[in-house]
Amino acid sequence: MLKGHYVIALKSIWRKEVNRFLRIWIQTLVPPVITMSLYFVIFGNLIGSRIGDMNGFDYMSFIVPGLIMMSVITNSYSNVAASFFSAKFQRNVEELLVAPVPNYIIIWGYVGGGVTRGLMVGVMVTCVSLFFVDLQIFNILILILSVLCTSILFSIGGLLNAIFAKTFDDISIIPTFVLTPLTYLGGVFYSINLLPDFWQAISHFNPVFYMINAFRYGFLGIADVSLLWSFTVIGLFIIGLYSVVAVLLSKGIGTRS
Amino acid sequence: MYAIDLKNIKKVYKGGVEAVKNISLQVKEGDFYALLGPNGAGKSTIIGIISSLVNKTSGSVSVFGFDLDTQLEEAKAQIGLVPQEFNFNQFEPPLQILINQAGYYGIKRSEALNRAEKYLKKLDLWEKRSQPSRELSGGMKRRLMIARALMHEPRLLILDEPTAGVDIEVRRSMWEFLQQINKQGVTIILTTHYLEEAEMLCRNIGIIDKGNLVENTTMKSLLSRLNTETFILDIDPTTDLTKSKTFLIKQIDDQTLEIEIDKTQSLNDVFIDLSAMGIRVNSMRNKSNRLEELFIELVEKGNKNA
Repeated sequence: MLKGHYVIALKSIWRKEVNRFLRIWIQTLVPPVITMSLYFVIFGNLIGSRIGDMNGFDYMSFIVPGLIMMSVITNSYSNVAASFFSAKFQRNVEELLVAPVPNYIIIWGYVGGGVTRGLMVGVMVTCVSLFFVDLQIFNILILILSVLCTSILFSIGGLLNAIFAKTFDDISIIPTFVLTPLTYLGGVFYSINLLPDFWQAISHFNPVFYMINAFRYGFLGIADVSLLWSFTVIGLFIIGLYSVVAVLLSKGIGTRS
Repeated sequence: MYAIDLKNIKKVYKGGVEAVKNISLQVKEGDFYALLGPNGAGKSTIIGIISSLVNKTSGSVSVFGFDLDTQLEEAKAQIGLVPQEFNFNQFEPPLQILINQAGYYGIKRSEALNRAEKYLKKLDLWEKRSQPSRELSGGMKRRLMIARALMHEPRLLILDEPTAGVDIEVRRSMWEFLQQINKQGVTIILTTHYLEEAEMLCRNIGIIDKGNLVENTTMKSLLSRLNTETFILDIDPTTDLTKSKTFLIKQIDDQTLEIEIDKTQSLNDVFIDLSAMGIRVNSMRNKSNRLEELFIELVEKGNKNA
């Protein structure tokens, strides 16, 4: 196939993915906005006002970047995991597997869908946050780069989960038992400088910590670890997960008999 | 040129089940080829291997000269697949399904829209183009899968039991459509359990049993091997049937006879014989499809040898 054909194939997969989550917007776009609004009200407004400052910022301003990132992570991941697994379950993934589409186009098509939903939810949650806090932006480039990389990483993670999944339970186990704890313990609600040394060291093994760190820097200009290190970790995770997914698809593990 | 050239194909599933045992098979360009076999014989595995949904254990496959191992994308582009089970997104409408499919083959949206309209109209689905596909009837779903497989205008169309569960009227219109596209030059490989369908449509035939290709020949030469044919005759009521010296006649009830005729014997002689017995024949039909008789014979022979 010509390279131009690959672009059409990529756009087709991406458009199908976007149409899917837009068609069921009440399940995909509304819930994260409502959940995050509750976080803003409860943690930011009610409890936050009693907590005081965190790293020199009022508590609400401190947690908003983390909460936006949390919704981006969850939605990017679950979009790809649910969509790819459902395509496997209904067997319409075969439409793609019999077509002359290279695996990298399949990966980026699905990741594109996950990133689009993650960013759309991120923007919506950011808009809601404006009702609660006067958001400032310290560095727009870092902000965009960190949210984009995070969304890509977790979209690939969702794809990996869906490739291995055999039942619908399998695509909810990882978000519940891995993703949520990592996000909550990744510094959404606190600065890791508050933790004892041992737990601070442990936190450095959590990839979500680096993403929230970089994203928060984009908003507030404060960081618990260096940005270079944060982006290195995120980049390594993207390369690692992408390689695993590419190998699995080429060997047909989880997709072909 | 061969549309399909399989050489020593073998597939062993996890757990050691040998679904396909060293099969070599060629299908010529432009052919209408029937791939028959009992359930679990390995037909769907072979189709899966050709369409790259199943990884073969060993052997080589080439599609119009494109090797599946070294020219996978070129080979895939030649094939349109209509699988046995519905495998489209049940929440999407037919038009969307076809446009997506065309996109995967690199066809521009404007061209995809034209083709989708053409095939949806040909297969009588245009009125249903915007309806969620889960709401379509079984026959419509089957036709939708044919339309989808044709969107990139493949040179080879593989149909795995395309008329299963479809009423006779729809089945006949599908036969007509398939004959039409075969005449236009599309090679067709068909698996079916309706042997009458295979006999009517296909020029060549392969029979698979327990992972082996037990027969690969032309439909004509296979049917010519049938030594006897059995007919059912509806007659005027009679109770005392004298035994025929020439034919093997079995009385089913007072109005029905079953008669077995050797291929050297003539139907004229049958009627002369029956007239002499004072029996008036009102109608006659084959007891079973000719291909069906041969198919059962071949599969049973295979079972005895096993």
